[in-house]
Amino acid sequence: MTAVFRTAAFCLLLAILVNQAAGAEPVAIRGEILHTMAGPAIRDGVVLIDAGRIRAVGPAAEVVVPEGTRLLRGAVVTPGLIDAHTVLGLSGYLNQDQDQDQLDTVDPIQPELRAIDAYNPRERLLEWVRGFGITTIHTGHAPGSLVSGQTMVTKTAGDSVLRPVGMVAVTLGDGGRAGDDEKKSPGTRSKSVAMLREELLRGQGYLRKRQLEDETKRPDKDLRLEAIANLLDGTWPLLVTADRATDIASALRIAEEFKLRIVLDSAAEAYLLTDRIKAAGVSVILHPTMRRAGTGETENLAMDTAAALRRAGIPFALQSGYESYVPKTRVALFEAGIAAANGLSNEEALAAITIDAATILGVADRVGSLAVGKDGDVAIYDGDPLEFTTHCTGVVIDGEIISDDPR
Amino acid sequence: MPPVAIRFEPHPGPARPALIMTRLMLAPLIMLPLLSGEAAAQDPPRAFIGATLLPISGPPIAAGVLVVGGGRILAIGPQASTAVPEAAERIDLRGRVVMPGLVDTHSHVGGGCGADSSSPIQADVRILDSINVRDSGFRKARAGGLTTLNIMPGSGHLAGGQTVYVKLRQADTIDDIVYRDAAGNMLSGLKMANGTNSQRNPPFPGTRSKSAALVRQKFIKAGEYRDKLRIAADDPEKRPDRDLEMESLVEVLDGTRVVHHHVHRADDILTVLRLREEFGFEVVLHHASEAWKVADEIARAGVPCSVIVVDSPGGKLEMMDFSLATGAVLERAGVACAIHTDDPVTDSRLFLRTAALAVRAGMSRAKALEAVTLAGARMLRLQDRIGSLDVGKDADLVVLSGDPFSVQTKVLQTFVEGRKVFDREDPEDRLFAVGGYGGSRDQFAEACCTAPAAEASR
Repeated sequence: MTAVFRTAAFCLLLAILVNQAAGAEPVAIRGEILHTMAGPAIRDGVVLIDAGRIRAVGPAAEVVVPEGTRLLRGAVVTPGLIDAHTVLGLSGYLNQDQDQDQLDTVDPIQPELRAIDAYNPRERLLEWVRGFGITTIHTGHAPGSLVSGQTMVTKTAGDSVLRPVGMVAVTLGDGGRAGDDEKKSPGTRSKSVAMLREELLRGQGYLRKRQLEDETKRPDKDLRLEAIANLLDGTWPLLVTADRATDIASALRIAEEFKLRIVLDSAAEAYLLTDRIKAAGVSVILHPTMRRAGTGETENLAMDTAAALRRAGIPFALQSGYESYVPKTRVALFEAGIAAANGLSNEEALAAITIDAATILGVADRVGSLAVGKDGDVAIYDGDPLEFTTHCTGVVIDGEIISDDPR
Repeated sequence: MPPVAIRFEPHPGPARPALIMTRLMLAPLIMLPLLSGEAAAQDPPRAFIGATLLPISGPPIAAGVLVVGGGRILAIGPQASTAVPEAAERIDLRGRVVMPGLVDTHSHVGGGCGADSSSPIQADVRILDSINVRDSGFRKARAGGLTTLNIMPGSGHLAGGQTVYVKLRQADTIDDIVYRDAAGNMLSGLKMANGTNSQRNPPFPGTRSKSAALVRQKFIKAGEYRDKLRIAADDPEKRPDRDLEMESLVEVLDGTRVVHHHVHRADDILTVLRLREEFGFEVVLHHASEAWKVADEIARAGVPCSVIVVDSPGGKLEMMDFSLATGAVLERAGVACAIHTDDPVTDSRLFLRTAALAVRAGMSRAKALEAVTLAGARMLRLQDRIGSLDVGKDADLVVLSGDPFSVQTKVLQTFVEGRKVFDREDPEDRLFAVGGYGGSRDQFAEACCTAPAAEASR
């Protein structure tokens, strides 16, 4: 009886959840130019969304839009944009202690820290970037310590999480050092790499012992080493923030030694090592170009690195990154504009914040292009989305019209 | 040409012995910069032909002619009606856009540090004494089409020191690029700030009220110093001892030194207007993130704003309500509005981009172009020399590949006083325009200038 009741309750709950996800009425979006990112752009195209999913995409003449369907129009329509790396939802816009959860520096290695335990879906900056068409973000623990924690992939509205664990964030180089005054490790580049290798070796030992036949000899479950084990067996990739060529080479060396799946993050000097990155089969989530070049790790960044990666055939995506001050976040759309102005075609620049980002993040089955069966995530513009003077006039996420105010 | 011909607000102008003494003190330095100006004065005429000219002071001229020579603009007009001198070198710029060199009213390039941590008001300190003219920031600024900068000390002090107005000539020393008036005085303003950035442990203020009180006390002291100078007149025995800080503040009280005031919150803006009312100084409100909330009050006071346009709000509490639309709101309220880079907060190479974002949020294209040229020139009181393409003004120009507000548009060349200081075709210049290995040497001294601000934000 109780079991039946439980099952019924569960079904009811499930029905509510499914209904919520699919909650929106059908909506059609018609664009003078429809960038599906799954093929050439369609002139006068329509995308039809129902129950949160894309049901049809094609030229307006061919797509049957049921009568009574709400219709949004725009000059240019794209898939909802993807910011391939940010800290939004963990690093709040106020920049006060109570809204900064992207970094805990007590221990330099904390792969067990989960992004979902800190993510605030009501963070105001999410609304801000959403207003420019960003509907999916890869967010989580920030660069700034050797292994700062996990990342996640989520929509920018509601609680729709695509991947509760995206990657584990690792920072090599100066950005991953402990503060000078703390007399803590790692204090140098070499020490960072040594500590990371030691941790991975401990993880290998843990994995081996966890599989011992004699249960009494197996080690106690350890959250930190469980996470490391997930890196070693390829379940989770490492997101390695490395800007200088030295550190990029270190990242590739470690990946080779431990057979890890890695994605290079920021990678300001990637243009110096395109052959090696390509040979290693590694993808790059490139720094925001408008990040201050300033002194230090990113001083050699270039506006045309995206074009260099494209020429080398290296998969890449663009990101807003982490900002510690003003502005508190960059906007991936603006970064794509800079890339398009410096050697990428507009289509390639859009791909770097849609389908290519989705592929690198492992969510291309859900988002990143306008294709039947994918999530109903759409951004609408009154002109070329990459132009700074163009407005985003509408955003649809999971089939729900989130905004139709121009920004 | 006198750079102080137009003031924002008339104030009684008594004799200024402090200024005279400054002139005497600076006399040996006058030669160098005049020399570089003199050099340009000998340059033969050049005619830029066929570009769309954006004079700022008037409507665009399609297919225009711009003749420069001796470092100045000699003629401007439509191709059909503008004569090109026989001797002029002819430069074909068909398909290009030419506008005045950009004027940045608020920059930190050059690695300079103003005041130190000894006290919150250091009006005697000059940023010019710490600037490295070989810093890559200058080259990046030229790559962005900037030709005039107001280089500022940081905002971690109530008064962080004297700013300096510079012309981005090729330079060996800071003396080569400082703007001067006809008498040879170096031109500069005073950087002031309120709100959280300048709040710290004593002797710095801990509250907004304390900040205002410290500033009032100092201006009252400066007024008394000025009174002593007046009473002493020409009697050297009665004259008070020279005091660099007092001299600087007396110039502020006399309206000859403009206050460039860092301010974000609406209440802090009103505090600046209140102090200005009390002491009668000339002020430009810088950043003015919440100016959109008090635009009418600012308009009534007749005070200009130089705003910043960044990618998002937040990063510090005072930027909570930052809006891309501030420029548009100020335009509608009739407030004079410039846009600045605050480099490194925004990149000088993308200065036009920030104006484009202001346009996105409703500012008119004409006013947004003015905001990065003539409006800024007025705030530096250099509007008789720069900021528009008008005969007699300095031949400071930017050659663009197209629409100034398009992401695709490149700064192709930058000219200062008719001389090319940036060319995108030049591989070395291109390194600074696009970035790459070695493209950021000697950048901004971050630890010195942003640390107090970052500290304050926590």
